[in-house]
Amino acid sequence: MPVSLLWAVDVYGRVYSLSTAGQQWEQCRDAQMEFKRVTAAQQCCWGIACDNNIYLNVHASDLPVRYQEETYENQRWNPVDGFSERLLPSDRWQWSDVTGLQHQPLDSFQLPSSSWEWEGDWYVDENFEGEPTEKGGWSYAIDFPATYTKDKKWNSCVRRRRWLRYRRYKAMDTWAKIPSQQTTLPDPFSDISCGGWEISEEPRGRLSLWAVSLQGKVWFRDGIYHHNPEGSLWEEVFLPGEVIQISCGPGDLVWAVLWEGQLIVREGISRDCPKGSSWAVVESPSPDVGAIHVAVGINVVWAVTKDNKVWFRRGVNSHNPCGSGWIGMVGEMITINVGLNDQVWAINCEDRAVYFRQGVTSSELSGKTWKAITVPRDGDRSHSSASANSLQSAGCYFCGEVRAQSVVSDAESDTEKGSADGANSSNPPTDPPKPRIPKVTSDSFISELVSDREPGKSSRDTGSAPPSGGPLDPQWSNVDLEEAQQAQTVAVQDTADTCSLSSVATYTLAMEDPYGADEHPLWAWVSGGGCSVDSHSQLNWFNFSMNTLVSSVQSMSLSVSPAQTAAWRRQIFEQLSERTKREMDNFRHYEQAVEQSVWVKKGTMQWWRDWKPHKWIDVHFALEQFSGPDGNKDGILFIYYNYYEEKKYLHAFINEVTILVPVLNDSKHTFAIYTPERTKQRWPIRLAAATELEMHDWLALLSVSCCDSRGIHGPPSKQAIWSITCKGDIFISEPSPGLEAMPYPTPCDQMFWRQVGGHLRVVECNSVGIVWGIGYDHTAWVHTGGYGGGFFQGLASSTDNIYTQTDVKSVYIYENQRWNPVTGYTNSYKYCSPELSQTKRVSDWAIDYSVSGGTDREGWQFAADFPASYHGYKTMKDFVRRRRWARKCKLTTTGPWQEIPPIPLSDVTILPCTAQSSVDVIPVWAISNKGDVLCRLGVTALTPAGSSWLHVGTDQPFKSISIGAASQVWAIARDGSAFYRGSVSARSPAGDCWYHIPSPAKQKLKQVSVGRTSVYTVDENGNLWYRQGVTPSYPQGSSWEHISNNVRKVSVGPLDQVWIIADKVQGSHSLSCGTVCHRLGVQPVEPKGQSWDYGIGGGWDHITVRGNSVEPPRLRLPSLTDPSSRSPVPVRNTEVNGVGN
Amino acid sequence: IMADDKDVLRDVWFGRIPTCFTLNQDEVTEREAEPYYLLLPRVSYLTLVTDKVKKHFLKVMRAEDVEEMWFEYEGTPLKWHYPIGVLFDLHASNNVLPWSITVHFKNFPDHDLLHCPSNSVIEAHFMSSIKEADALKHKSQVVNDMQKKDHKQLWMGLQNDKFDQFWAMNRKLMEYPTEDGGFRYIPFRIYQTMSDRPFIQKLFRPVSPEGSAHSLGDLLKEMYPDAITNDGEQKRYQVVIHGIEPLLETPLQWLSEHLSHPDNFLHICVIPVPTD
Repeated sequence: MPVSLLWAVDVYGRVYSLSTAGQQWEQCRDAQMEFKRVTAAQQCCWGIACDNNIYLNVHASDLPVRYQEETYENQRWNPVDGFSERLLPSDRWQWSDVTGLQHQPLDSFQLPSSSWEWEGDWYVDENFEGEPTEKGGWSYAIDFPATYTKDKKWNSCVRRRRWLRYRRYKAMDTWAKIPSQQTTLPDPFSDISCGGWEISEEPRGRLSLWAVSLQGKVWFRDGIYHHNPEGSLWEEVFLPGEVIQISCGPGDLVWAVLWEGQLIVREGISRDCPKGSSWAVVESPSPDVGAIHVAVGINVVWAVTKDNKVWFRRGVNSHNPCGSGWIGMVGEMITINVGLNDQVWAINCEDRAVYFRQGVTSSELSGKTWKAITVPRDGDRSHSSASANSLQSAGCYFCGEVRAQSVVSDAESDTEKGSADGANSSNPPTDPPKPRIPKVTSDSFISELVSDREPGKSSRDTGSAPPSGGPLDPQWSNVDLEEAQQAQTVAVQDTADTCSLSSVATYTLAMEDPYGADEHPLWAWVSGGGCSVDSHSQLNWFNFSMNTLVSSVQSMSLSVSPAQTAAWRRQIFEQLSERTKREMDNFRHYEQAVEQSVWVKKGTMQWWRDWKPHKWIDVHFALEQFSGPDGNKDGILFIYYNYYEEKKYLHAFINEVTILVPVLNDSKHTFAIYTPERTKQRWPIRLAAATELEMHDWLALLSVSCCDSRGIHGPPSKQAIWSITCKGDIFISEPSPGLEAMPYPTPCDQMFWRQVGGHLRVVECNSVGIVWGIGYDHTAWVHTGGYGGGFFQGLASSTDNIYTQTDVKSVYIYENQRWNPVTGYTNSYKYCSPELSQTKRVSDWAIDYSVSGGTDREGWQFAADFPASYHGYKTMKDFVRRRRWARKCKLTTTGPWQEIPPIPLSDVTILPCTAQSSVDVIPVWAISNKGDVLCRLGVTALTPAGSSWLHVGTDQPFKSISIGAASQVWAIARDGSAFYRGSVSARSPAGDCWYHIPSPAKQKLKQVSVGRTSVYTVDENGNLWYRQGVTPSYPQGSSWEHISNNVRKVSVGPLDQVWIIADKVQGSHSLSCGTVCHRLGVQPVEPKGQSWDYGIGGGWDHITVRGNSVEPPRLRLPSLTDPSSRSPVPVRNTEVNGVGN
Repeated sequence: IMADDKDVLRDVWFGRIPTCFTLNQDEVTEREAEPYYLLLPRVSYLTLVTDKVKKHFLKVMRAEDVEEMWFEYEGTPLKWHYPIGVLFDLHASNNVLPWSITVHFKNFPDHDLLHCPSNSVIEAHFMSSIKEADALKHKSQVVNDMQKKDHKQLWMGLQNDKFDQFWAMNRKLMEYPTEDGGFRYIPFRIYQTMSDRPFIQKLFRPVSPEGSAHSLGDLLKEMYPDAITNDGEQKRYQVVIHGIEPLLETPLQWLSEHLSHPDNFLHICVIPVPTD
């Protein structure tokens, strides 16, 4: 770990730093004056000096801070002078920015502050778009806002060239004043905190800097980047009250303390909005005593209350910046600071030493114990002597906190020597007046000191007030669960109010030489924001004994274990080693009862990490496989990652994995791993392999492991549930007998899905084992009974009935732009998909105008912000626009599919049969790509592809069709209305006429599915409708009843079970679109069901449950009689699969 | 040379008892059954680690002669729901190794043993012990805060003999607020061969009301005073944990953290000193 610095300020305003490799505090001698507070990042340290200005100390590094200024020189040609600076009145300035809108002559450029210097003079950029220009860097155009070329042409009327000049930040390793913004900042700063470097992917240097002014206002420093370390300007942040102190963590946590003692938490902080949007209020940990200090890290918040008690906030993270409850901690501190890796420092209220919280790890954020940093300061030895009373008096000079009674009593007990005049006296001049003269004599500073003294008096008056808190205060109390304690609140609040001004961090400079050789420093402030340590760091900070400290160190380290050499411990070690000799040494040749892992496969991958900011991080990936005790192969997946230099891992049991699904990603080969828990969260484990081949190898291996651990082998059963993702990948799930059970069906997040080869848009099946698919290019395919293909090549026994399959798919990308007042729409970015080995481009990118919502002439759609609903014209309120590009890709893969030429299809349906049905010829209906209705003849279990098409006449093109039990055929026309086909029977397989069924009011239907008796449709607005009043004598039904919205597709099965693909399903971590859902509570008397159960998703496009005719166990409460029936036990179908060729 | 406390955890976990399984004479076999030798993990359960034994003997038996397998040592049916190490320390610790266990496939002693039809029964027993222990240690707060997969990790760790996997999770069950100086109560069980009582289990705190740490001796004084040898007396009992005899001054909290079985109980065997 590289060396880094802990910063601190002593009560005299001197700034010190302590290196992680060092053993003494180094005074920052560069500082010309005293400081009140500092706040550190790894590359710099900010501070408030006693002149109330803010200073910045940028640490020198190999990477200089430079900034390139540029301006353009513009000229127009005229017949007399040729090219000259004489421009037309309508032209741009002779010197302008790139857009021509801004007048900027060379001498208008000023250095931002005295911390900058020019590297050289202005010079002409001789390059144009990466190529050298011929003379003088000019580029030419017909007229000004136009395209420039480097060559002069006959029609070049204007030309321009770019001038460059670099400036460099020179104030390295020194405290440089940030120019104050006089107009907006009448009152001086009293607190400052920097952080936020982890919320964006910006290179090191971007910071959020928050400051508090004396009047309690909060300011945010905008524009701090590597190339602009000073930032640009202060922006006021509006507040629900007056703030006394603020803390900003490395991530998105910002907390502040209000005068009244509550805390406020900044919400809405993100990469795009580092300033956040609003405040939430959190009550003080203690109902009687307000907070005075707060410190935040990435996942932690610590606070100090006015009685110096220390509190830890439970449950804080990015999702929940407010946390869930306070835990009281041991120790009495006046201030606390959280640094990198959520490590914690504090200053003890008794000895004013800096304490380090030991044992803080990501799993134990509250740490174990306080340990005092006992290293000396540089130059400690050189001080010859000190006045005997300096220690005592120095203690009461400090007033960096709101004074409550405990601080006051401190002061009283400290003045041992002069206790006669100190104790219980309300006279202010208890301290010797002379040493109080401050070195710094600015008026404002003195007035602060004066105002500071007054409340000291009043707090002294109340100094003998009874201690707050009243009853016992257990160390691990959970405040949120406790009743608010009423006693003494008023008195303490009063104290806080009268002395509120004293919270301004000021100090007096008493003695010229306050330190004696054997005194420890008295610290006022500490900042660990630049100090990179963690619980494993070896620090040499704690071993210097300095008289008074020793006792307090011991008193605070309750967890110090007894001496390692205790007799009892030696005895145990010795006996254990004897036991090993006795029981094992002579028997090493015996077989082990528990065999270790059969084998391990390891690799490297990237993982979409669980915490914010989410990004891909490199991980080691391992599959450990072993034979379970019952002979089943089982395994565990491990993902090893680094969390702040600490090695950690994530794991998943193979037998809990419910699916491995390739995920569409623009630039990576990614797949997701779900377990029931992750399905509930809508937050799978997302992994990316380096190459497509590697991903397929892993997917094949993991799929086999998952199937092995569940004992699933061979082809899908006839009852299998089929589904398709938006990527065209095909998945099957074997329904458990309890899947449709009442009242306790198998939760559908427990369904296990395995992939079969091929690429389809639609798949339909029935319980006889006939499965048809339709590709994106509308080719019809029939399932051959196999189950391999795709990336499963070469794996045992899955190569039967596998054929080559091709498909053509349109790939879309969106070009997104945001409007900006200066440059108009910018930040146009287009994604480029990687070329997959299976796919071959068959057309080039072209703008797609057929986007829902409409487009303008250039294909743009407009909206107020991403993501939103778009429209095809621009209004005043639109700040973003997008357009869609499309191209066609041809994909070649393998799978258990054979083509059914020649007619391209858009929909297909197969008669759902009951388990006992004995239908020989199975009705199959389809819609052709043109919208014709077709009836397939000759489909049987042995000839699932059938023999020929019979055309069924219609007045208009159709788009969806479904056949239910008893030959009910329903279809949807392209105009969105429904049709019922009359008189379909085995004798008359095509029926005789269409009955028009009006669609629900103002809705256009798009899809229909018919089960045993239920008829469901989905409209173009995502509504799911149930057809009321369908009877054998009146099969058309009477009316549509609304069931649900956000539905994309419906599949009604032979048991009238209802499954859908739904959008906007909220999980605990994320929201998913394209989610498989199961209707619960469907019964013959209640075919509409009651509620939804949510399964795998998002990203699903299609599901069919029409093969699942397994009647659930009846009149039995599975949970009472068979504990295993709620787990997904696959159905092993012992029948021979009837599909053959 | 001084070992780390973490090494104690490893030693405890990887403790093995060499065992010789012999088929009961009365079992009907098609040919003679060879004895089967195995290293049994002290911290596991008999029925969890004897699949190989079962397979071995089934090879010489007819399916119709096979009922539920059970084990016996010198006439005592062995309770599978006690950790193997406890069974050994209690019944066989002063005998010669390997430990000779007789395997039975009929006449299941319903009065002495629990049936164990599948590993899920062992898992349920194991997890309920962990939950009971955490109820004593932390009012069940830790175990209830864990997710299902965390429970699974504990069980899979034991089942597959994965020390790291088990301790990554078990660590949480061993934590306590520094300020408290230990758990609320120490989960312990004291076993004895001389009594019909299965074991002694009562509430006992790791720290005395005066704030001093309780030792193993303090526990025995209260629960089983006979086990302690007083000055001038002949030693009558051995107090054995994991095959060793810790000193009575050993802090009980430390023992609970380091010498508990995976089920989070400190299993203490009190056995008579061998007379010979």
